[in-house]
Amino acid sequence: MSDQLVLEAKSVSKFFGTITALQNVDLHLNKGEVLGVVGDNGAGKSTLMKVLSGLYKPSEGSLFFDKEKVTLNSPRDSQNLGLEMVYQDLALAGNLPIGDNIFLGREPTRKVGPFNFLDHKKRKQLTEEHLAKLKINVKSADQKVEELSGGQRQAVAIARATAFNAKIVLMDEPTAALAVKEVGKVLDLILNLKKLGVSVIVISHRMDDIFTVCDRVMALFQGTNFAESELKNTSRDEVIGWIMGKKD
Amino acid sequence: MDHGEKRLMDKNQETLFVRLIPFFERYGILLLILIMIAVLHLLQPDVFLSWRNVTNIFKQVSWQSMLALGVFMVIVTAGIDLSVGSIIMLSLMGLAIASKAGMPWYVVMLVAPAIGFLCGMFNGIGITLLRMPHPFIMTLGTLYIFRGIGNLISGGVPITGFAEQIRVIGNGKIKLDVFFGEGAREYIPTSLILMIVIFFIFWIFLNHTRIGKWIYAIGGNPGAARAAGINVDRILIIVYTLCGFLAGIGGLILAGRTNSAYPNAGLQSELDAIAAVIIGGASFFGGRGTVLGVFAGVMIMGILRNGLNLMNVSVFWQQVLIGSIIILAVYIDVLRRQLATRT
Repeated sequence: MSDQLVLEAKSVSKFFGTITALQNVDLHLNKGEVLGVVGDNGAGKSTLMKVLSGLYKPSEGSLFFDKEKVTLNSPRDSQNLGLEMVYQDLALAGNLPIGDNIFLGREPTRKVGPFNFLDHKKRKQLTEEHLAKLKINVKSADQKVEELSGGQRQAVAIARATAFNAKIVLMDEPTAALAVKEVGKVLDLILNLKKLGVSVIVISHRMDDIFTVCDRVMALFQGTNFAESELKNTSRDEVIGWIMGKKD
Repeated sequence: MDHGEKRLMDKNQETLFVRLIPFFERYGILLLILIMIAVLHLLQPDVFLSWRNVTNIFKQVSWQSMLALGVFMVIVTAGIDLSVGSIIMLSLMGLAIASKAGMPWYVVMLVAPAIGFLCGMFNGIGITLLRMPHPFIMTLGTLYIFRGIGNLISGGVPITGFAEQIRVIGNGKIKLDVFFGEGAREYIPTSLILMIVIFFIFWIFLNHTRIGKWIYAIGGNPGAARAAGINVDRILIIVYTLCGFLAGIGGLILAGRTNSAYPNAGLQSELDAIAAVIIGGASFFGGRGTVLGVFAGVMIMGILRNGLNLMNVSVFWQQVLIGSIIILAVYIDVLRRQLATRT
């Protein structure tokens, strides 16, 4: 089991001035595993994800990718190590088309003399291939993201995260803003990623999400590790108790 | 809410007007220019479309268009640059002093864009590194600073008389004897050629390079750009630097056109630039607008001023009209957006 370890955080703390957002938090993730992270508002879930993705630097503690210790200075560093984050606010530019969003920051280019120009044709082609692979249906790869429904936007955000063969995908409340009908599609997408061998960390408030897609669940409470269990050894009521800081 | 069903229902209700929206969105502004030209031609049949008057319009807008193009890029990032009018004056004064100091013309020619470049970079660094709450404040500050420095180095008096090579840029004529016969009066202003070349370069830059794409992304959602690993501060510094650089080129064109550097050069031209950008369809909230739209916005302002001058309409009425057009142009855009979201 342990030789499949793809990501590990050891006693990570994060302070913002006098506020302690995380205190000695541990986390590990295996290949092809879906880990659920639960906790009340302010428990430190989003902060932990931002530390893992390199958006925040941990005040204390260390991160290991494939058992090697790493220092992340920006999300670009974690991307290079195969970790992608799907943000709660989706982090998409509504004024840009789907394809531009998926490839933002990593646009395919072609060289003309000494200059690099955007390769619009290649981007469109890669976008269509990738959307088809993930079975995401949209009218056209050129459609602007602001014209999409919440579920379609979430799908684009996930497509963006996985366009470059990510090994680890972090998702912050992937179903929070979605219509009931669209939740199932996003959960299917997560199981689809698992089948492709991708490791996923899902933050969610919704027990339905956790108990549909996760292999293991861990709870944070006031910035610390509170409880953790294989999904098969726990129940909804127990996990809800953890969120509220209750343990038997 | 059932999305598919709703869309189907709206499809049936679509009126001809709604279906014409995409057409107007793309070509509406060009249509407006054509209408203006047609009306002015009817009102002033002998003068308005004469070679002399048309080239005059282009010469007038050529330096203003540089400011508008720079401010446009800034507005795409959801920023603003109020200092371009002062940058044009400072770069003009720097050019004049270099010229008076007896520097060779090719050095003098570089002075204005170089000063503009540095001023723009100063804005960009200030906005990003000093963490100003809004670019409005930084560039409002430099609006005073740059013009103040311009007056300090020149003593607040006009400086006139530049080398022929400088004058050619703003006032040069490319003769069309080939088409109109020996000694014909028809010509193309060099500043028009320069304007077209620069607009084309920036069209390529904004639409066909990664940095251009990132500029739009930052305007659409700076958080998304940052999450994508884009160094937003670096891109913003590039944008403000280019904006200053273009203002410097505007200063160079103005130097050639007027053959003098004067303390009031470019006064309030930052507002004209913003107006042209807004009339050209760019969104003040960033992320929206095209280079062609900016060109159209500049032309509308130029044609309007020229036409009203030809008809002896007072400058005061011109101000009222231009202000009204800004509000009308944006209001039409608001209406269009409302209709578009309903489909």
